[in-house]
Amino acid sequence: MQYMLLIYGNEAAMAAAPSEATYEISAAYGAYTEALKKSGAWLAGDRLRSTQSATSVRLANGKTNVLDGPYADTKEQLAGFYMIEAKDADAALAWAARCPGASTGTMEVRPVWPHSEYWP
Amino acid sequence: MASRPDAARAVAEAAARQSYGKLVAYLAARTRDVASAEDALADAFAAALERWPRTGVPEKPEAWLLAVARRRRVDAVRRRLTSEAGQGHLKLIAEEMEARMTDEDLPDERLRLMFACAHPAIEAGVRAPLMLQTILGFDAATIASAFLVSPATMGQRLVRAKTRIRETGIPFRVPERTELGERLEAVLEAIYAAFAEGWSDPAGTETRRRNLATEGIWLGRLVASLLPDQPEALGLLALMLFAEARRPARRDPSGDYVPLAEQDCALWDDALIDEAEALLGQAATKGVIGRYQLEAAVQSAHAARRRTGLTDWAAIRDLYDALSMIAGSPVVAINRAVAVAETDGAATGLAALDELSGDSRLADYQPYWAARAGLLARLGRTADAAEAYDRATGLERDPAVRRFLQARRAALVKN
Repeated sequence: MQYMLLIYGNEAAMAAAPSEATYEISAAYGAYTEALKKSGAWLAGDRLRSTQSATSVRLANGKTNVLDGPYADTKEQLAGFYMIEAKDADAALAWAARCPGASTGTMEVRPVWPHSEYWP
Repeated sequence: MASRPDAARAVAEAAARQSYGKLVAYLAARTRDVASAEDALADAFAAALERWPRTGVPEKPEAWLLAVARRRRVDAVRRRLTSEAGQGHLKLIAEEMEARMTDEDLPDERLRLMFACAHPAIEAGVRAPLMLQTILGFDAATIASAFLVSPATMGQRLVRAKTRIRETGIPFRVPERTELGERLEAVLEAIYAAFAEGWSDPAGTETRRRNLATEGIWLGRLVASLLPDQPEALGLLALMLFAEARRPARRDPSGDYVPLAEQDCALWDDALIDEAEALLGQAATKGVIGRYQLEAAVQSAHAARRRTGLTDWAAIRDLYDALSMIAGSPVVAINRAVAVAETDGAATGLAALDELSGDSRLADYQPYWAARAGLLARLGRTADAAEAYDRATGLERDPAVRRFLQARRAALVKN
């Protein structure tokens, strides 16, 4: 099965962290990505630029509305993602727990719903 | 230091926990319906946790809980539980009250409940969670976090297991001597699983205030006290106590991970180690060796460093040799290789690890890569060591251990 691991964290706190800590976390992410790849679980994954670079688009009453910033104003922001192949939810949760994002914020684990399973 | 209300609460919780498991066991053993035994007691238990910290623990906690369960809930529960099993429990509770249970202690049937939870017909992975819930009263969400599954999934697994106990007629009894060994193994394994989940909980931080390692030890004490002639029950308790004794030394004051070889023995808990040694000695008098006694003996060899200042690696290697004979596993093989590296040199240790490289289970197993990295580093194979450290780092959950591995890797590059 495919799972999306969504990494949420406090963007402001991360930006304010001392460079040593930032380096340590980057290195941990590097090691984590490598471990995913070596075990054959890695499908895709990247970091996202900060929500300052986000733009939200919505169409209402036939009018396009474009706004600066992310869709929702929350304490934790989406910071990156991994798409992985895992045999079941237990395996996906095990990978999520190893992600450095689990100790700095929250990992949301979502099964991918394949097109073939819901398209009539 | 715990404040006074905290201390009172801890005493109340300990007493309630003791009573809770006894009552669930007592009620469930008669109807085989664990779920409705829990339902019938849930409110009484909550009331105890609310009241006992203020009033003190009553003289007969079980009778108190039964009385409250009856007084406060009979009507509500009657409305809620229309099933026959639920009615059966209410009847039982009422009967117990009428039989003036206040004058007698409840028979302790927790051991029978444990054997039901660890029955071969119950899926192995749910046995430890089931014990934590029925004997100790953990909720599904807390157990789920500890075992790293979603609360909904854990809830379903627990419900299914309880239904299975009822529907397939799993007995609540201590097995006959002929099958006791094998069945006890399943009970001990589930207890050890609970302990290990708590042990890997990094800084010994609490999973919602209650640490699973402590709970595992509590269950271990219970089994050892109820089956004092079973050497493996004593061995498991000794093993857990040896490990627990080192908890204060596993982190330095800044929260960083300290490997066993570098721990300050002065921080180890002497009383726990002494207790573990006594248990191991008592187990040895029974003359039947087993997995937990051997693992405890390994821990005993490590603990000896507090007196001798040295670690007897040859003894540890021999113990792991024996362990591979009776309970071989990749984990045992890795530990054996680490011991071999100490007695016969890093190259021999690494060769022992290489023998395991075909096992696909190890690809995602952190201790394998951490052990490899350490040995490669000692042999001066810096590039290979760096790669193995990366692999270990990527597979580690605990940020403190990740920092430790990263620091070791950084030290490599400098050399």
